[in-house]
Amino acid sequence: MTDTTKLNIPVMADLAAKGEKPEYLLWIGCAGAYDDRYKKVSRAFAKILLHFNVNFAVLGTEETCTGDPARRAGNEMLFQMQAMQVIETMNSYEVKKIITICPHCFNTFKNEYPDLGGHYEVVHHTQFLNKLLDENPGKVDKKILENSSITFHDPCYLGRINDEYEAPRKVISKVASQPLEIDPNRSKALCCGAGGAQMFKEAEHGDREVYEMRTSQALATGAKVVATACPFCMTMITDGLKAHNKEEEIKNYDVAELVAMALGL
Amino acid sequence: MIKQIIFAAVLLLTLGILSYSFYRIYQLFKLTRPAFKIADTGKRLNKLFVVAFGQSKIFRWPYTGLLHALVFWGFVVITIGSLEMVVDGLLGTHRALGVLGPVYDIIIGSGDVFGAIVLLAILVFIIRRLFLNIKRFKGVEIKKKSKQDAILALTMIFLLMVSLLGMNLGYYGLAVSESNIEGIYPVSAFLFGLLPEGMSYSQLYMIHEVNWWAHIILIFLFANILPYSKHFHVFTSLPNVYLSRLTPIGKMNTMQDVKAEVEAMMNPDAASEPPPEELGSFGVSDGEHITWKNYLDSLSCTQCGRCTSVCPANQTGKKLSPRKIMVDTRARMKERGYQLIKEGKDATDGKMLINDYITEEELWACTTCNACVIECPININQPELILEMRRYLVLEQAKAPGEISMMLTNIENNGAPWQYSPEDRMKWAE
Repeated sequence: MTDTTKLNIPVMADLAAKGEKPEYLLWIGCAGAYDDRYKKVSRAFAKILLHFNVNFAVLGTEETCTGDPARRAGNEMLFQMQAMQVIETMNSYEVKKIITICPHCFNTFKNEYPDLGGHYEVVHHTQFLNKLLDENPGKVDKKILENSSITFHDPCYLGRINDEYEAPRKVISKVASQPLEIDPNRSKALCCGAGGAQMFKEAEHGDREVYEMRTSQALATGAKVVATACPFCMTMITDGLKAHNKEEEIKNYDVAELVAMALGL
Repeated sequence: MIKQIIFAAVLLLTLGILSYSFYRIYQLFKLTRPAFKIADTGKRLNKLFVVAFGQSKIFRWPYTGLLHALVFWGFVVITIGSLEMVVDGLLGTHRALGVLGPVYDIIIGSGDVFGAIVLLAILVFIIRRLFLNIKRFKGVEIKKKSKQDAILALTMIFLLMVSLLGMNLGYYGLAVSESNIEGIYPVSAFLFGLLPEGMSYSQLYMIHEVNWWAHIILIFLFANILPYSKHFHVFTSLPNVYLSRLTPIGKMNTMQDVKAEVEAMMNPDAASEPPPEELGSFGVSDGEHITWKNYLDSLSCTQCGRCTSVCPANQTGKKLSPRKIMVDTRARMKERGYQLIKEGKDATDGKMLINDYITEEELWACTTCNACVIECPININQPELILEMRRYLVLEQAKAPGEISMMLTNIENNGAPWQYSPEDRMKWAE
């Protein structure tokens, strides 16, 4: 995970100049582009797409915030301005299908952009990975992750809010083994504490931190790896592991990173 | 005949007071904002059957859920019997629906059995409330009055069931002696067997009459207490489920005023009409800004606290409680609404829903995880109001925690919540 080779990622504007239209737009998201930890997830997922010759491109420097954190922080004006700008850019490239890594971007494209004229087929990266692994059987080496017991934390905006509980679990089963379940899980899962623009502020005063509570639930499974599928969950669980002084023994990986490992990428 | 006249008078009084209570609530609904068009009858009926009659969400808590479901199903069946009592009371008939034959046997038989089941379930509920220290029944929003309200409702239901069984018992005793029974009475027949031998006709007659009148008067009383009780959900839950939001739960409402403005800004030539001069106020700060659906949600909340018990903020000791959002909205609407009706739209009492009832600290503690929404047995949406109040704070008052303002500025200036340049967006691939 420490490689620094430059990845050759196709960019929409370059393809358009050559008159090409990729099948998918890969939406990196702000965390995927700027957060040091989550940049590795973007790399891992992009490598998988390249490995399987998926016909995709990114917007690159033309990408901008979907507006989700602004909307949930109450600034509808800023949200709509961001959204309309994104829709204009996407429509200029005639984007039809989007793959997102961030469940918050996923939710915004899928459920909120239609009101503003943006209609796309939106896929979360865990759903896409599940499909890729089904279409390319026998490519993963299950021995690589054989000895890691993995648990999965449900991101609210993927699970409860968009009803996708199975795709990440299926992917983990395909590259390692059936994940251990946190109590509570799926629709009863506890939030990591970062949704609704909480990511960008200190929490209100309370008895304990939500991320610390969720992490202690994850630790109770005894798993050595806590898998997530959301950049905010990643940050919060990482903080939670630090709060419990477990950051050395227990690792926090995105589902895409597990797939990349199992593929030897 | 005299009994029919007394019954008609009591019924008229009951319906009169009830109509007045409903009219008062209707007046408050008239002050609310529009929410959505009520289309998709098929989808709504489906919600009604699955979530309301099927009690699908209440079973997320299996044990208390089952008890509630039994009470609910019992109420549905027993209500048919209550309607018969109204017919009998007015017309001077006895068990008027007996003409239904086997169908009547099923209705009355299951009503008799459910009477006993509901009675036992209510006993469990009373014990849970009075003697078990259950966290879900506590909270700043659960004042002494709410607790009394709960016990009062449970006591009334308890007495309703006692009188129902008493009435059935008396009827069964009388009918057996005349071997002329309408309906079947599995529980009451069993209870009758426990009575001392040789009860006289007049004793049985008294048992029946006293319980008949007690039962119907309790129904009339209960119905008239409900509009002022948290147990109003007996009336409003079914409509609230039928009128569920059918949009995805992760979708926030698009503010149409803002949309018109943003469209005009982004494309000044195409804007067909200039945006209206006087824009409505943004978001929710007081009772008159909520939609009819928000108000119906608040009237339907019976303060069960499932939402609050799964709230991440509440579980970690923060002030936010989704249940409190509903309790406060209902209370403020009652206070603010009648003031507006009496004194006109410029009326003020120096108070608002926001700050005076719901503080900014509560509003900013929500993670929009929607656990409350998923948990609510009758499809109430608490975050919608929280987010509408954030809209008021940010769009009307430009008030947000410092870090949030910084995040918003970053999005405005460089298209990301953090302070990084758009030029660096591809660095992850290098």
